[in-house]
Amino acid sequence: MYQFDYHRPANLKEAAELLTKCDEAKILAGGQTLIPTLKQRLAMPSDLIDLGALKELSFIKAEGDAIMIGAATPHADVAVNADVRKHLPSLAKLAEGIGDPAVRHKGTIGGSLANNDPSADYPAAVLALDAKIHTTKRLIEADEFFKGMFETALGEDEIITEITFPHPKRAAYVKFPNPASRYAMVGVFVAETPMGIRVAVTGAGQEGVFRVKEMEDALAKDWSADAISGIKVPAENMLSDLHGDAEYRAHLVTVIAKRAVAAAI
Amino acid sequence: MSEWGIGKPVRRREDDRFIRGRGQYTDDINRPNQTHAVFVRSPHAHALIRSIDLEEANAAPGVLAILTGKDVAEDGLAGLICGWTVHSKDGSEMKAGGHPILAAEKVRYVGDHVVLVLAETKAQALAAADLVLVDYEPLPAVSLKNSTEPGSAQVHDEAPGNLCFEWELGDKAATEDAFSKAARTVSIDLANNRLVPNAMEPRAAIGDYDAGRDEYTLWTTSQNPHVARLVLSAFVGVAPEHKLRVIAPDVGGGFGSKIFIYPEETACAWASKKIGRPIKWTADRSEAFLADAHGRDHLSHAELALDEDGKFLGLKVKTKANLGAYLSTFSAAVPTYLYGTLLSGQYDIPAIYVEVDGVYTTTSPVDAYRGAGRPEATYIVERIVETAARETGFDPAEMRRMNFVKTFPHQTPVIMNYDIGDFEASLDKALEVADYAGFPDRKEEAAKRGKLRGIGFSTYIEACGIAPSAAVGSLGAGVGLWESAEVQVAPTGKIEVFTGSHSHGQGHETTFAQLVSERTGLPLEDIEIIHGDTGRVQFGMGTYGSRSGAVGMSAIFKAIDKVEAKARKIAAQLMEAAEDDVVLENGAFTVKGTDKSLSWPEVTLAAYTGHGFDTAEIEPGLKESAFYDPLNFTFPAGCHICEVEIDPETGVTEIVNFTAIDDFGTIINPMIVEGQVHGGLVQGIGQALYEHGIYDEESGQLMTGSFMDYCMPRADNFPGFKLGFTPTVCPSNPMGMKGCGEAGAIGSPPAVINAITDALGIKDIPMPATPARVWAAIQNSATPKAA
Ligand SMILES: Cc1cc2nc3c(=O)[nH]c(=O)nc-3n(C[C@H](O)[C@H](O)[C@H](O)COP(=O)(O)OP(=O)(O)OC[C@H]3O[C@@H](n4cnc5c(N)ncnc54)[C@H](O)[C@@H]3O)c2cc1C
Repeated sequence: MYQFDYHRPANLKEAAELLTKCDEAKILAGGQTLIPTLKQRLAMPSDLIDLGALKELSFIKAEGDAIMIGAATPHADVAVNADVRKHLPSLAKLAEGIGDPAVRHKGTIGGSLANNDPSADYPAAVLALDAKIHTTKRLIEADEFFKGMFETALGEDEIITEITFPHPKRAAYVKFPNPASRYAMVGVFVAETPMGIRVAVTGAGQEGVFRVKEMEDALAKDWSADAISGIKVPAENMLSDLHGDAEYRAHLVTVIAKRAVAAAI
Repeated sequence: MSEWGIGKPVRRREDDRFIRGRGQYTDDINRPNQTHAVFVRSPHAHALIRSIDLEEANAAPGVLAILTGKDVAEDGLAGLICGWTVHSKDGSEMKAGGHPILAAEKVRYVGDHVVLVLAETKAQALAAADLVLVDYEPLPAVSLKNSTEPGSAQVHDEAPGNLCFEWELGDKAATEDAFSKAARTVSIDLANNRLVPNAMEPRAAIGDYDAGRDEYTLWTTSQNPHVARLVLSAFVGVAPEHKLRVIAPDVGGGFGSKIFIYPEETACAWASKKIGRPIKWTADRSEAFLADAHGRDHLSHAELALDEDGKFLGLKVKTKANLGAYLSTFSAAVPTYLYGTLLSGQYDIPAIYVEVDGVYTTTSPVDAYRGAGRPEATYIVERIVETAARETGFDPAEMRRMNFVKTFPHQTPVIMNYDIGDFEASLDKALEVADYAGFPDRKEEAAKRGKLRGIGFSTYIEACGIAPSAAVGSLGAGVGLWESAEVQVAPTGKIEVFTGSHSHGQGHETTFAQLVSERTGLPLEDIEIIHGDTGRVQFGMGTYGSRSGAVGMSAIFKAIDKVEAKARKIAAQLMEAAEDDVVLENGAFTVKGTDKSLSWPEVTLAAYTGHGFDTAEIEPGLKESAFYDPLNFTFPAGCHICEVEIDPETGVTEIVNFTAIDDFGTIINPMIVEGQVHGGLVQGIGQALYEHGIYDEESGQLMTGSFMDYCMPRADNFPGFKLGFTPTVCPSNPMGMKGCGEAGAIGSPPAVINAITDALGIKDIPMPATPARVWAAIQNSATPKAA
């Protein structure tokens, strides 16, 4: 780790001010991605702004047709929350399948989205459920948020504060884990929400999470696994690494999407 | 027979401190005035060092010294050694390239040691290490595949064509003859994938030089501290043997990787005198991936000759074995004498001929890893036998049975003399436990669920209890492989056993005490097992090759014999009885046929007071030592049956049943033995399905350098294992033990791959059989379709 200054602001306002003021500051949420990066000396922030004391960012609320989750809410809370389990069981299951207990108790939804790892699970849920991402500056639509591997629409001084999910009519997330890391090698979130049907794929794409329009259209006509069994995403857009080549990932997208459709409740 | 005696599933005494976090590992130890070491490692697979600029680094805060290969040379230290010398077919000695503590001219793998930075804190040492400027001239990487191609870069000038040795074993002419008479032959090309050991505790060291006494103490994560001391003193020249104390405190797993003497601990000991302060180094996980000695990494071609009835006539094997960049402590022995000698398997094969080319590559050194050579041999034998059964239409169990060695002793064509065994017993029991007869129904039922089900066998044999010193000496070992023990009885009767067998997960503190309890009748709490300190233990060859039971405990057994004999003599005089009439039973000495009896403490106290017996005839005190040299290798053997289900859509393989029926000879503690089998199976199945150390062919970078990419098996990857034992008592050591530490890792890989290839109806699939590979295999083969 390189040297940095550490801040633990008491509220969001203070955090936002620090972020603007400091030169090369970074937000520290659960630290599950950032701390290993620092330890390996792959990042050299001037300041760390720890969101740990910000109670106002750690919450889960069910209001009307929506579930609101504070950015600093750990995965473990999402996994066991009664409202999430009732209205969004697919999201609870997704959260339950992230990493191991230690990671789930420290890692946060906001950190996961801000990081936008191409193999992370939450981006698939946010994109498929057409969730809204609230920041200290604005509201960002899911379709506008993810900008390719590790890239998001977030500005330098912007902090994610809350994610709003609709109640889907039905939804499911199925993850085919990378055997080594157990991040998603292919993760497919299918959802039917009041806004329509969406299929979002994480883990497989070279540009990070993506939607499969063809599958969405097919499912709109006929919500069944069979309806999408003939739809294959182009292999040339898929990741290829020592765990599986692009051809394999493209094939898995169809297999896992079918399983997600079959599992949707 | 005590309630803690031989055969009892006594709970591991050492676990209490481990589970409560009260263990003392090297990194838990801190010396007054301690400093911290960081190694600047090569980022290149292969490069010349043009220059090293230390100016900026030397000026960094907290830096105490920065040392390079030049400093090592100036102090007259030699390089590291390989303790086993192998000879090529033409009689020439293996070509050992130098193995420097710190590379001065050339680096030979990513992670090679170049500069040692010493600072007040680890953070300061890391920061200063960043400022060290090494100017490299990169050279092409050398891989196992391209190592012997013409025009390949040279790893060591001493070894043209990167060939360290071209070794052979067996009778070539007799084998050719067998093949010429064969009704049919079967051949297969096999790769044995490279593995990274990944002990839970990374390697660590503290070097502490005491200027007042001119003595060094080295705490280090070693499986064999006396061997480390011997190498560091006699060969490297860090300090004379009597001025160097090596302590291996609690050690969190080794699997072989902590047998070897590495540059890091050597440098810490040496440099602590230079800076006059203790030096601590603890590897992080990334360093462990890069710079621990790896395991396996063979490419082989094998051919089996059979007669028309399916009897084996001959076996030919040609193997290219990766030695890595340097010869590590035992590396030359692993792909030769620990490998070729096991190629007869459980079978009566009249003629065997094996050739092994040991090659240098620009990768981390390769040395013994759980099983060391025997998993590689078993993989060849059990894969080709299975292939033969399939190609000739025999049932795989029956083809094995037909070719089993059935009478003992049995001399194989590859040195080993199997002393005892009952291969049919373990096969039969495994067939029953695994319900082999019910497999076709299960396969059909799985097919209905869209799954491909397969079954695979492995009837393995291995060699443990290494080894008779004269035998290994004649084969090139630089050391003898006996073990030593001291049994010291205190006046109050409490017993301290000093053993050369280091424990780093094996549970010796329990099993060794069980032996002592069995012999003396004392409860476990009166018995202490002491190991891992050259300052307390007289000598030890260490723990590896599943030798601690068969060799280490035999030494204790012999020392107890001597203690008992002396105590009986004393007891006889105390009770005025004839020595032959005195027996030790249930913790008391009694005179046969009388009610005369003295308790163990009464006799041991007398031994120290010197009262009541003739001290001119019998010396006072009660402490005996023994050095036990084994008479033969021991031959654990058994039958593994693996049943898998494959999801043809994803290629995911699930182990649905795994049966391991083993013959380990006498079992001291069945619970601990089962634990050893579980661990071994997990590592063996890990090799077959998950683990793979991959270097990039072009750049020589380690691609699987973290757990993000190197797939360590997890508990949920496995079903409950079905274990059983069919022991035959080993005739060559006093307790009849064979060894159980490695069998799981040795026997299981071919069982898994045989099951997968059975499920898919294909000849071979490379290890690890990842989902991607299995899926690709399904795409490439026409046959397998779930019903
Ligand atoms: C062993 C292990 C296994 C894992 N397995 C999985 C898995 O299976 N699936 C999966 O999806 N993930 C997995 N993760 C990642 C985990 O989910 C992390 O928690 C997540 O990626 C980052 O969240 P965090 O709260 O820890 O963020 P941090 O590490 O603290 O921060 C990550 C990045 O996000 C930024 N950031 C954090 N919070 C905000 C915010 N509110 N606004 C703006 N920027 C912010 C930080 O500045 C930093 O750049 C794993 C991690 C580990 C260590």
